[in-house]
Amino acid sequence: MASIEMKNIVKQYGDGFPAVNDVSLDIADGEFMILVGPSGCGKSTLLRMIVGLEDITSGDMVIGGTRVNDKAPRDRNLSMVFQNYALYPHMSVFENIAFPLRLSKTPDDEVRKRVTEAADVLELKEHLERKPANLSGGQRQRVAMGRAIVRHAEAFLFDEPLSNLDAKLRGQMRTEISRLQRRLGITTVYVTHDQTEAMTLGDRVCVLRKGVIQQVASPRELYEQPVNLFVAGFIGSPPMNFLPATLDGRTLTTPFGDIELDEERAAAVAGRDLLLVGIRPEHFEDASLVDEAKRPHGTTFRAQVDVTEWLGDQQFAYIPYDAPEQIQAQLRDLSRELDSEALRTQAVIGIDSTSRIREGREAEFWMDSRKAHVFDPKTGENLTRDAEAGARLTREAEEDRQEQVEEARAHGGGISGPEGAEVA
Amino acid sequence: MSRREKTWWIVGGVAIIVYALFPIAWIISISLKAPSDIANGQFTPTDVSFTNYSTILTGSASELFLPALRNSFGICLIATAISCVLAMFAAYAIARLDFPGKRVILSTALAVAIFPVISIVTPLFNVWRQIGLYDTWPGLILPYLSLTLPISIWTMSAFFREIPWEMEQAAQVDGATTWQAFRRVIVPLAAPGVFTTAIIAFFIAWNDFVYGIVLTSTEAARPVPAALGLFSGASQFEDPTGAIAAAAVIVTIPVVVLVLLFQRRIVAGLTNGAVKG
Repeated sequence: MASIEMKNIVKQYGDGFPAVNDVSLDIADGEFMILVGPSGCGKSTLLRMIVGLEDITSGDMVIGGTRVNDKAPRDRNLSMVFQNYALYPHMSVFENIAFPLRLSKTPDDEVRKRVTEAADVLELKEHLERKPANLSGGQRQRVAMGRAIVRHAEAFLFDEPLSNLDAKLRGQMRTEISRLQRRLGITTVYVTHDQTEAMTLGDRVCVLRKGVIQQVASPRELYEQPVNLFVAGFIGSPPMNFLPATLDGRTLTTPFGDIELDEERAAAVAGRDLLLVGIRPEHFEDASLVDEAKRPHGTTFRAQVDVTEWLGDQQFAYIPYDAPEQIQAQLRDLSRELDSEALRTQAVIGIDSTSRIREGREAEFWMDSRKAHVFDPKTGENLTRDAEAGARLTREAEEDRQEQVEEARAHGGGISGPEGAEVA
Repeated sequence: MSRREKTWWIVGGVAIIVYALFPIAWIISISLKAPSDIANGQFTPTDVSFTNYSTILTGSASELFLPALRNSFGICLIATAISCVLAMFAAYAIARLDFPGKRVILSTALAVAIFPVISIVTPLFNVWRQIGLYDTWPGLILPYLSLTLPISIWTMSAFFREIPWEMEQAAQVDGATTWQAFRRVIVPLAAPGVFTTAIIAFFIAWNDFVYGIVLTSTEAARPVPAALGLFSGASQFEDPTGAIAAAAVIVTIPVVVLVLLFQRRIVAGLTNGAVKG
C-alpha cells in the first residue's frame, strides 16, 4: 500500500493536443480517489499514466515515495480492473485470478491458498473451473477484481469497471467495491463518468475538464461548495439550475423573483451587472407545503409548470424561463460539455411528492435563497463559495476515513482478515 | 426458411459436393484398377487391385516416389515452420505497432504473393547453380518461403488485430514482460489463427510444382509433384496412369489428415468472453 503523488503531470499527444494538462494531485495511502468528468476530459489517460500504460510527457509520478515515470507497468506493482475486464479467455477462472502470482513464480500451494481466499471474498468459489466465456457480466467483473486483489499491490486502479453492467447489478457491485476497499484499506483510484459512483464511492473526488483539474474535494464539498459552473453543473442529479440575474445593490433579480443577498455575499459579487444564480432542485418547494418557520428564508414566486415527474419518494417540476441570448449560449455550451443536450432553458424544481401541483397550471413555489450560489457568467467562477466551509466538509470526510482505515487495520485487514473486518 | 427454400439448399449442396468430390472419387477408382483394367470403360474397377500402390511403394517406382515423399514432407514442414514463426512476429508488429513503412511491408508482401512464379524460376535456376543451392533442401525451402510468408503475414495480422489490446495491457499490469504477455496471452489467443495459417502455408508449399521440377534434378531434393511427372510405365507403350493416380491419392492423405487434426484447433470464438460480448 502506498500513496500516489502526481506533480505537474502533462500528457501531450503527437499532434500537440494536451489530453492531461498540468495535473498535480496527492492521493493518500488508503484513500479512495475518484477521477470524474465528461468523456474526453483525460481521466482515463491519467489513470493509464499512473499504471504505466501511457507515457508521461512531463511531470513526476511518485508512488510510495519512488518516482516511477520510467518504470514499466509490471515494475509498479499496481493492479487494475479494465472497463471490459480483459479476462484471459483461454484460462479458467482460477488461472485468471492466479495469473499475477504465476508470473511472480509463487509456489503452487501459496497460489492455491490466495486464489481460494480471493474467490471466497468475491463468492466465486463454485466458478473457479469455468472459462470466462461461460460467466455472466457480474461474475466476469468479480473475476477481474479477484485478479486485482490476489496480489499484494500498492494500489488498485479501476477504469470505469461498472459501465458494462446493467443498472441493478451496477448498484450491487458499487457497494461491493466500497466494502472491499474499506476492508483492505488499500489506495484506490477509480475512473468514472457516472456521478453517482463518484459521490458514493469516493473519499475525495477529482473533477477534470479538458485535462485540467477543476476541484479536488470530498463529495459533500463538491456538492455544497462547488468551485465553478462546471463542477456545480456536473455534480448533482438532476443538475443545479442556473438562472440569469441582474444585480441592483444587494438585490439579485431573477426570472423567479428577487433574491436578497447578505452583506458578505453582496460584497463578493459587487461590480458585475449580469450574473448566474445556481440553485439545486431540492432548494425549491411547493409554496403551500413550506413550513411557516422556513418561509422567511426564501422567496416565493408564481410560474407556469411545463411537466411534472412523480417518482414516488420525490417529484420534479420543469419550469421554462427566458434568458438573455448571451446566457442561453453559455448554458448550451456548458450542457454540451457535460455530455447532455439542453434544448430549452428550464429549471428543474424538486417538490414534495404529496404536492398537488399539476402540469400546465400556474402554481406558487418557494425558493430557499440561503443556499444559492452566484457565478460569474464569463469565467464560470463561483463568487460566493465559502472555502472555509468547504474545507471543513472535506476535513470531516478525511477524519471519517482515517477512522475507518484504522478500524480495518486493527481487525487485521488483508483479504484473509476475519469476517468482522468488514466495515459497513 | 420455408420448406421449398430448404429443399433447394439441399439440392444445391449435394450438387456442389458431387461436383467437388467426383474427380477425387475417380482418381481413387483409377488407382485401384489393374493396368490392364484402366481402359475398361466403366467408373468402378472390375477387380479391386492394389498393384499400383505396391508399384509406387515397393515396386519399380518406389525409388522415385519414396524419397520424393520424404523430401516433400521435410521441405514443406520446415518451410511452414519458418514462415509461421517469422509471420507471427511480423504480423504482431503490423497489428500492434505504428511504424513508418508498415503499408510498404504489407503491399510488398502482396506484390510478392501475386508475382508469377514462372517468370522468376529461370533466373533462380541459374543463381542456385552458381551458389550451390541447386537440388538441395534449402534450395527449395527459400523459394517456398517467398510463397508462404506473404499469405501468412496477411492472415495472421488479421487474427492479431482481433485480439483486444487490453488483454496484453492487463498482462503487463499483472507483472508480465512484453515477451511473457506475448507468449502466455497473445499466442494462445492467436493459436487458431496460427494453425489456420500453418495449414494454408503447408498446402501452398505441398502443391508447388514449378519450383520442384526446375530447381531439383535427383532424389536429393525432388518433391512429390515433380516426381509424379517423371513416372514411366512398365514399357514405353504403357501409360503410368495407375501409378500416378495411386501416388496422387497417397499425397492427398496427409492434407486430409492435417485438416482433420487441426480442425478442432481452428475453433472460432475462442476469444468469446474475453471482453463483454
